[in-house]
Amino acid sequence: MTIIDAMNPPPPRPAPQLPPESIWLRAARHPLLWPLVTLALILAVNASLNPGLWHLQWRNGHLYGSLIDIVNRAAPLAIVALGLTLVIATRGIDISVGAVVAISGAVAALLMGNESAMVDGSFTHLSRLPLGVVILGALAAGALCGAWNGLLIARAGLQPIITTLIMMLAGRGAAQLLTGGQILAIGYTPYFTIGSGFLLGLPVAALIALAVWGGMTLMLERSALGLFIRAIGINPRAARVAGVRARTITICVYAFCGLCAGIAGVIVSSNVKSADGNNAGLLMELDAILAVTIGGTLLTGGRFTLAGTVIGALIIQTLTSTIYAIGVPPEINLVVKAVVVFAVMLLQSAEFRRQVRALAIRPAAGGPR
Amino acid sequence: MLNATGIDKRFGAVAVLEEVRLHLRAGEVHALMGQNGAGKSTLIKILTGVIAPNAGTLALDGAPIAPASPIAAQKLGISTVYQEVNLCPNLTVAENIFAGRYPRRGWGGLKAIDGPRMVRETRALLTRLNLDVDPRRSVGSLPVALQQLVAIARALSVDAKVLILDEPTSSLDDSEVESLFAVLRGLRQAGLAILFVTHFLDQVYAISDRITVLRNGRFVGEWTPAQLPAPALVAAMVGRDVALASAESADAAAPARPAAGAAPRVALRDFGARRRLNPVSLELHDGEVIGVAGLLGSGRTELARLMFGLDAADSGTLQVQGQAVRFTHPAQAVKLGLAFCPEERKSDGIVGELSVRENIVLALQARTGLWPCIRPVKQRELARRYVDLLGIRAADVDMPIALLSGGNQQKALLARWLATSPRVLILDEPTRGIDVAAKQELMNEVMRLSREGMSVLFISSEIDEVLRISDRIVVLRDRRKAGELPRGTSEAEVMNLICEPAATA
Repeated sequence: MTIIDAMNPPPPRPAPQLPPESIWLRAARHPLLWPLVTLALILAVNASLNPGLWHLQWRNGHLYGSLIDIVNRAAPLAIVALGLTLVIATRGIDISVGAVVAISGAVAALLMGNESAMVDGSFTHLSRLPLGVVILGALAAGALCGAWNGLLIARAGLQPIITTLIMMLAGRGAAQLLTGGQILAIGYTPYFTIGSGFLLGLPVAALIALAVWGGMTLMLERSALGLFIRAIGINPRAARVAGVRARTITICVYAFCGLCAGIAGVIVSSNVKSADGNNAGLLMELDAILAVTIGGTLLTGGRFTLAGTVIGALIIQTLTSTIYAIGVPPEINLVVKAVVVFAVMLLQSAEFRRQVRALAIRPAAGGPR
Repeated sequence: MLNATGIDKRFGAVAVLEEVRLHLRAGEVHALMGQNGAGKSTLIKILTGVIAPNAGTLALDGAPIAPASPIAAQKLGISTVYQEVNLCPNLTVAENIFAGRYPRRGWGGLKAIDGPRMVRETRALLTRLNLDVDPRRSVGSLPVALQQLVAIARALSVDAKVLILDEPTSSLDDSEVESLFAVLRGLRQAGLAILFVTHFLDQVYAISDRITVLRNGRFVGEWTPAQLPAPALVAAMVGRDVALASAESADAAAPARPAAGAAPRVALRDFGARRRLNPVSLELHDGEVIGVAGLLGSGRTELARLMFGLDAADSGTLQVQGQAVRFTHPAQAVKLGLAFCPEERKSDGIVGELSVRENIVLALQARTGLWPCIRPVKQRELARRYVDLLGIRAADVDMPIALLSGGNQQKALLARWLATSPRVLILDEPTRGIDVAAKQELMNEVMRLSREGMSVLFISSEIDEVLRISDRIVVLRDRRKAGELPRGTSEAEVMNLICEPAATA
């Protein structure tokens, strides 16, 4: 026992008393801070060039204004990006969403057909099938594409980027095949409500996006899906050992991403009143990935935020609108967008901010830290 | 040789090391001992320049040093082998050993890597370690034990004055440990200072010349092995007396086992899978602990994985509660009350960036399914209960599990499965890398659970543990069942069965 006596046991350390954090400190560390700051900045730039930006007015029972316009145009992108967020959270990627947008639009157009007839003395476009069936068909086509991706990735063990790259090419081809390489005009007026209609004074497309966002949030909050998706994204093997049905969930997540692309495809085709196999949703996958990452979701999986993605989609759309509003010539349009996105990404990198701060502070202090 | 004094380190408000000192002399093997979370790993990270101390000084050969990175420390002559193998599995043995300092040949800007020379020198180095490995094989294709030895070879390939080994033996079997020790003795003769961290007390006494003990981030003392017999060492680490023999008394208290006629809870008949495990028959009764002994690669882990549905069996039958089952996914096994703590804690066990709480509820939630979600309040309550029950040292159940020490991660994994109230618990090397006191607590916990009726399959490469805890011992060899021994078998008998061909030869 002599040894133990000599060992003067360490006194219990008092629990460290952390000062109560101010609301500002907590806000400064909130993950959505930088996306919100970015959105505010771009809106401010837009507003300085376009004084009418904040101007909202009530006309014919609808809300009108530039802001509403931005929100409405951002809706398809936001929906696609929301679906993609879950895929990215499982450490995957889906670059076929743009092609799926085209497929879904083409399916909708084909199901409606383009017949017209004289009804009650006026020339009216008809649909071959009821509107509900048309929409369901288009959405099912999207979900099927996504499920196929998921099946190949989770069951056959293919790399997500290769699998969805194949779907991106094959899907685009399928869309072109469906439309016969042409732009299929859509004339059935009830269908237009989805992309350019208003409900309770608000644009239907934006309401759909809001519903998708709300539904997903509810699902993730009320079920254990969020926990499982994060576990799969961080350590799929450990998740499987713990009894999580990792493959099934992965397939469902890809199918849901396809479904979201399908919804966006319906909105886009309804908005432009046509299905364009060549150009609908072209490069949309890139905008969607940007929206997801700007929002703060990690491409390495495991950490994701739906709200961030929505803000990201709004940032991308505001940026696009701003570029048009400024009157940037179309040929340098993409360059400007790239520069701004680059700046946004740098601004959001904690590492970059730290380096800038170090650069800014060190000369001023003029001494050892 | 290497002298550290007054080392303080705090992470945020938490003091991890306070006033710690360590004195390594040339030509000695110095054991650094302490419980999980005592600060051993932190101290090693400071010595090797991974992190900087908040206070204190390091001196090498009397000159103060402040290595800013592991590379800087290596240049100073401090080489380290970490607990988890840190090699690139896709590169060859030679490439790993020379990573970052490939020998070159050629002129001016056109310097190609000198492959043949690299292979030659690697072979020479491995021969010095008595290792028979082809330098051109990729490291990922080697068993973990060999990978560990390659990591040691890499540490030795730079001209090291100080060699730090953080639990180098945790994945080695006895003969491999012996060959490692032979190497260490040679290096000691050559005048190296070797710091050796382990949880195996017998190894401490087998090789070390001096022992430093840390507890709760503080320096407890420095002794020679002769001054500090094993019970005193354990007492120094734990801060109180721990009866190492307490398992014996627990044995005495164990109730009589169910009658032989009772239906087994789990029954395997010629159960196996090609290239993984030759058909094995086994019965596991209510409240029974079966120990599984065998060397690395004897089929221990394969047996567990097959039983849990992680790999598909292709022969024989598996019966749970008398009902024949064929698992294709662990979720089915979990549903029937099986639980499995895997051997590879980092890759198959923890979900690093999730919190301790989320890690603990993961299996229970997975069994419940997506719906209903266990409410956060309930989750926290559950996690706190197991943190207290198993003595998991976590500042907060909402901290990421990756920040816990290895032994505490292991306990959290046990908590994950206990939360599902399993009827059959499969433990694959549950005591690897955890300290003596925690080991004892874990064994006591397993025995308590078995008394409450839980059936346990206890896989371990430490025979004394298997002997202490098991009602029956199944020995595996060369991926088949070599035999079954009753309780009370001696260690020598088990050893004989484990390596019979060698014994009979």
